[in-house]
Amino acid sequence: MRSETGQDQFTLRRRPWSERSIDGGFRLLTILLASLVAVVLLGIFLTVFNGAQEAMASFGLSFLVTSGWNPVNNQYGAFTAIYGTLVSSLLALFIAVPLGVGTAIFITENLIPRTWREVIGVMVELLAAIPSVVLGLWAIFVMEPLLRPFLNFLHQSLGWFPLFSTVPKGPGMAPAILILVVMILPIITAISRDALNQVPQELRQGAYGVGSTRWIAIFNVILPAAISSIIGGVMLALGRAMGETMAVTMIIGNSMNFSWSLLAPGNTISAMLANQFGEADGIQVSALLYAALILMLMTFAVNILAQWIVRRFSLSYN
Amino acid sequence: MTLSTATLPSRSLRFNPGLKRNRTDRLFTAIAALFSLIAVLPLVLVLIYVLIQGGKLISISLFTQLPPAPGLEGGGIANAIIGTFLVTLVGSMIAIPVGVGGGIYLAEYARRGWFSQFIRLGNDILAGVPSIICGVFVYSAIVATRLFFGQSYTAMAGGIALAVLMLPTVIKTTDEALKLVPQELSWGAIGVGASKFVTITRITLPSAFTPMATGVVLAIARAAGETAPLIFTALFSPFWPEGLFNPIASMSVLIFNFAIMPYEAQNALAWAASFVLVILILGANLLARWIRRFTSS
Repeated sequence: MRSETGQDQFTLRRRPWSERSIDGGFRLLTILLASLVAVVLLGIFLTVFNGAQEAMASFGLSFLVTSGWNPVNNQYGAFTAIYGTLVSSLLALFIAVPLGVGTAIFITENLIPRTWREVIGVMVELLAAIPSVVLGLWAIFVMEPLLRPFLNFLHQSLGWFPLFSTVPKGPGMAPAILILVVMILPIITAISRDALNQVPQELRQGAYGVGSTRWIAIFNVILPAAISSIIGGVMLALGRAMGETMAVTMIIGNSMNFSWSLLAPGNTISAMLANQFGEADGIQVSALLYAALILMLMTFAVNILAQWIVRRFSLSYN
Repeated sequence: MTLSTATLPSRSLRFNPGLKRNRTDRLFTAIAALFSLIAVLPLVLVLIYVLIQGGKLISISLFTQLPPAPGLEGGGIANAIIGTFLVTLVGSMIAIPVGVGGGIYLAEYARRGWFSQFIRLGNDILAGVPSIICGVFVYSAIVATRLFFGQSYTAMAGGIALAVLMLPTVIKTTDEALKLVPQELSWGAIGVGASKFVTITRITLPSAFTPMATGVVLAIARAAGETAPLIFTALFSPFWPEGLFNPIASMSVLIFNFAIMPYEAQNALAWAASFVLVILILGANLLARWIRRFTSS
């Protein structure tokens, strides 16, 4: 069919060579840049794994369960640091989860005016922006002295209990746990808040419609609907807590002597790396990289588990 | 037929604050309020102490002089301020192009498919790698091998360590921001004969600029405060910066080094550096927040 205007022909020209090569080149460039992520990740893993070979050969798996760390005799066991990493992050999580989820509920569930909710939300987000080294400085000079009378009281009244069996003398596991709480609280709050905000309004209306009070609705309807994302967020926070370095290094005391007591100085893998890696040589470097490998595997596992939980258990409302 | 509601005692419909469930409700609200108070308390306390302790030392010499030798008074943190800017700049110059390019690939060329899923998973894992491990990696790969002109500790290595840290955030924000741009826009551009390259650079990227800028500003702010990747890559230097291929001071490492020194002058400088760093980082965060609000309105 011919049109009357006479403009009847499309010019189906081949795109010029220059245009096609720019297009193809750009695509190739972005592929290359995207692959860099995999390259860097692989590089990190291989570097740490390679460096750890020597220590893995000479200490084997007993590295994980022995607690001597002696650069003079070149005898290394990372149990103190592994125990410290796990205990500090798990206890911090134990304290931070109720606080973070409680705060998230408080600022999503219409309990106070919108302005106040936003103010609290912004403040928690800004807390996440404070550099960890500044929190460490604050922990050394402000928090720890404030905390000490309370820790002394714990020791005096519950000193028979292994966790409180030593006299608090400054840096130690307990202040490190508290500073970790401060660091992971914003993550838990932010992710829980997003999760609660995504719960469809109909669920709330339904719950209130059948006569539940606000908190009955929260505990029986809203929290269960948001729980998978919240747990995912908690796992991410756990990963962050295990890898957190500066604030912990500054306040944990960096002792390689194992102690059950939370009031005694301890160590974590990342704190140990921060303290010793720069000055280590010989097999100590390898032992430190072995510990770094363990830390990396632990955070990998936690992060992948977090994503799996979010994907596997997320409810969709369509 | 009469309505049965007449037989219901009308007071059962009235709110009775004394009921057990209403009392429990108030109790839980109080607990949640208390938790929120505890959650914001650290920010308030940290800010108060940083502003008071650090504010004491704010003067011209803080921004123009070198830190004093251990045991001496006075001095400033000028070299650390310059160092933080330089190292963060190097990190941004690497992470932003690479991250934006990678994000473009994920969002524009391969939304689905095994390779992009693999890269996304890798990106999430990279985001979870502890920052100290980034430092260890760059130390082993660049510092220990003396990659740059036979130098061991360099500002460049510190910048690269920060870039590794920033990369996942930049990729993720670019990917998500580009996905939010309506497909009709790029269809329109392609429809009038634009090439894919022109469509992406002239249409899609500009429309996604604000969310990307927000994410990038936040990533830079986070990198500026990082210490762990710098302590054995950029190291520290009590002198003026001597180019990118020498050790360099930075505010975060200065805080770490000076906080654990037994000298009051150094501790005071650590507080002053915290003051400057916190103001810069909170400023960047508020800027990002403002950019976001600027577009949503």
